[in-house]
Amino acid sequence: MKSAHGAHAATADHAVWIPLLEVSTREVFELMLSSELTSSQNVAPATLDVTAMVGLAGQLCGVLSVRCGSRAAALMTSKMLGVDVDQVGPEMSDALGEVCNMVAGNFKNKISGLAEGCMLSPPTVITGNDYSLHSQAEEPGLEVHMLFENMPMTISLQIQA
Amino acid sequence: MRKIVERSLRQAGLDLSKVSEAGNGAEALSVLADHQVDLILCDINMPVMDGLEFIKQLPGVANAKGVPVVMITTEGSESHVVQALSLGARGYIRKPFTPDQVKEHVIPVLGGKS
Repeated sequence: MKSAHGAHAATADHAVWIPLLEVSTREVFELMLSSELTSSQNVAPATLDVTAMVGLAGQLCGVLSVRCGSRAAALMTSKMLGVDVDQVGPEMSDALGEVCNMVAGNFKNKISGLAEGCMLSPPTVITGNDYSLHSQAEEPGLEVHMLFENMPMTISLQIQA
Repeated sequence: MRKIVERSLRQAGLDLSKVSEAGNGAEALSVLADHQVDLILCDINMPVMDGLEFIKQLPGVANAKGVPVVMITTEGSESHVVQALSLGARGYIRKPFTPDQVKEHVIPVLGGKS
């Protein structure tokens, strides 16, 4: 979880951050959920009905989001809290929000200048997928698709500045 | 996160007879006004009052005198670590963490109260 050499907040081509986004996510799941993620192809957004978002402000402005299905979110909660997956209730939002917060924090700590120069907002969690997101982002977002226990999950970073 | 930390402490073998929770620094100060505690675990990024402001306020809280504070946070910069330690934090755990890391940082500051 050290800063990656050559990765800097001022890098013009943010696509070079995709591997950092992926490894940041993998580390969170390995350390906090004892779960090894596998890479995946694009997934149908309709299957991802729980979305956690954390805002970034400062040297990097944007939104990092983690999207998955409700079954995956329940299983993450179960693994984090040590409760049976069928007994997971409202704490699911807290757990997924915390996953998103840790991915965002781990990601920014890997990029020179961002650990100190970028702040994170408390997480927001949306359930359901019947919504539209309108962003003022100046470039396409970065996306990483992964499988958590064979269930799809998408990590996105929408960069606004 | 509070439940995850509590679980990690129990996995580390700590006898947690009572755990008081707060959602931010201001709530934590209210809890401390009425409760004596052996240990304070605190994030930095919180709404209303963040963790650094919270530990700045602790010297004025009678129930916090001599109580060790350990930060658990995604903020990984050296300046955050230095700031937290200079304000009196006794430990600093970066998220994500393992139960072993929690154990390594928490048990020494408890001074035999575990």
